[in-house]
Amino acid sequence: MSSAQLDATFAALADPTRRAILGRLANGQASVAELAKPFKMSQPAISKHLKVLERAGLVSRGLDAQRRPRKLEAMPLKDATDWLEKYRQFWEQAYNRLDALLEEMKIKEKKQNKRRKK
Amino acid sequence: MSNKTTVTAEPGKQELFIIREFDAPRELVFQAHTDAKLYEKWVGPDDLAMTVEKMDAVAGGSYRFLHERGGHVYAFHGVYHEVLAPERIIGTFEFDGLPETGHVIMGTTKFEDLGGGRSRLVHQSVFQSVADRDGMIASGMERGVVDGYNKLDNLLARLQEPNTASA
Repeated sequence: MSSAQLDATFAALADPTRRAILGRLANGQASVAELAKPFKMSQPAISKHLKVLERAGLVSRGLDAQRRPRKLEAMPLKDATDWLEKYRQFWEQAYNRLDALLEEMKIKEKKQNKRRKK
Repeated sequence: MSNKTTVTAEPGKQELFIIREFDAPRELVFQAHTDAKLYEKWVGPDDLAMTVEKMDAVAGGSYRFLHERGGHVYAFHGVYHEVLAPERIIGTFEFDGLPETGHVIMGTTKFEDLGGGRSRLVHQSVFQSVADRDGMIASGMERGVVDGYNKLDNLLARLQEPNTASA
């Protein structure tokens, strides 16, 4: 995945309305009118957000020519999560090692406390 | 039982959070962050050799770490702003390998007592720009890709050994 594609995904996700639209589309396809209703926004305003989402490849148009329903495209979202996942694994590796070190430290501390009591 | 590391980076923001619980009191987790000999043992990914060149974990003190892999050295440095045992470390962080200097990150690490000998680490990094933050995260991704290729190399080498693949 190119970094330009990632940029487009993240720019599209940066807006709370667009995230809410994606949340709605995760439950199934919806027309522009159906999407506009819960957001109390005009259809042109929703269309504008949809255009950004479409450009980022996050939303596509369904087959019904009359309703022109929009549907969620999950692939770029998965790429966006993978992107963070690699960074997360970077820290997970370190913290797993820290776990082992803390176990050693706990044992050492116990021994020292025993010695002090004697 | 293992504790899972959580990373949160909201799109379009200049910060990221790293959260992790430990089956150890926060005093020990704090110590592992401020004692150079201990820090060396765990920081960084498995395949990098880590050296603490300098680590003066007091307010106004500084640090410099070197990560080495395959002849490449990656250096990081920063200054401690506050070191409050056993609950908080605040300081700056800068990767020396960038084309220009000045891309400084401010980090706050909090160590919370969960009782029963357990604790939680909450780290916040604040970047100068969204691009800086996303670049830092992406560098982790590139690393992952390199690791992936290394694993693929190993796999390919094994497949090429006669008779082992079918055994």
